[in-house]
Amino acid sequence: MKFGITVFPGSNCDEDVFYVFQNILKQDVVKLWHKETSLQGCDFIIVPGGFSYGDYLRSGAIARFSPIMDAVVEHANRGGYVLGICNGFQILTEAGLLPGTLLRNISQKFVCKNAYIKPVSTSALMTASLDSQRCYKIPVAHADGRYYASEDTIKELQDHDQILFQYCDANGQILSESNFNGSLLSIAGVTNRQKNVFGLMPHPERACDEALENTDGRYLLEPLLSLQTV
Amino acid sequence: MMYLAKINIMPKKEILDPQGKAVKLGLGNLGLRNIEDVRIGKHITMQVQAATYEEASEEVELACQKLLANLIMESYDFEIEEVK
Repeated sequence: MKFGITVFPGSNCDEDVFYVFQNILKQDVVKLWHKETSLQGCDFIIVPGGFSYGDYLRSGAIARFSPIMDAVVEHANRGGYVLGICNGFQILTEAGLLPGTLLRNISQKFVCKNAYIKPVSTSALMTASLDSQRCYKIPVAHADGRYYASEDTIKELQDHDQILFQYCDANGQILSESNFNGSLLSIAGVTNRQKNVFGLMPHPERACDEALENTDGRYLLEPLLSLQTV
Repeated sequence: MMYLAKINIMPKKEILDPQGKAVKLGLGNLGLRNIEDVRIGKHITMQVQAATYEEASEEVELACQKLLANLIMESYDFEIEEVK
């Protein structure tokens, strides 16, 4: 398995993701500059967090038109795996690879803290092997994280088991207080209908190194390593 | 011919606009209590080189749909005038 991390002007979590996949998960990993048009034979693409193009116009709106994204969209349409984290999630929704969009947090504030999330989908690669009875502590850092989609889309997400995670409290309770950014149904991550594209607002790569005293992020990333190369 | 497009992009009606809500609060604090339903969007102007008004209009329409607005959360309208 070869992992590729896209890098846009303003990406700032690319190095963290690279470090985790290379040094902790011991994977073959390369960075893909946004002006490139080839995925260099990567099997799994990760679109990392940050502020691509300064979040101008809308978060992710401009990055979506970078040359590398044509290759990412083609890869996803062929059934290839893609994970977008935070700004990467925003880019994937703008690119139409994931349903819905991410609005300004209901508090109007940038929120940077440890969030608790609960896996929902039992059929997606990322969450299927997780314990649905426990919650995972994963950092969030975003201003535009309020997941929104039309009523019909939300129903589709539910009908097809496409909700990856919901925000909860430290005891795993899904409450309005734990839904700090105001997302519909406390949604923290979704997948597409084919379940090969994942989007997460929380940052699992920030919870993998033991030095950080929280390695819950590994639970989210390790299932991805079990993929057979296509 | 050169045309000037003036584009308004607004959050859709059904979407909560917390920025607009906060501004309404501020207006109330100013003593302006008759103001309701404040919503905040974007105004974009651009010049378009086109042979006809229709051609310019098509170009702007495409710009709005493909990049300037996200139709899940925003609606848009625009007017176009000839630059003399």
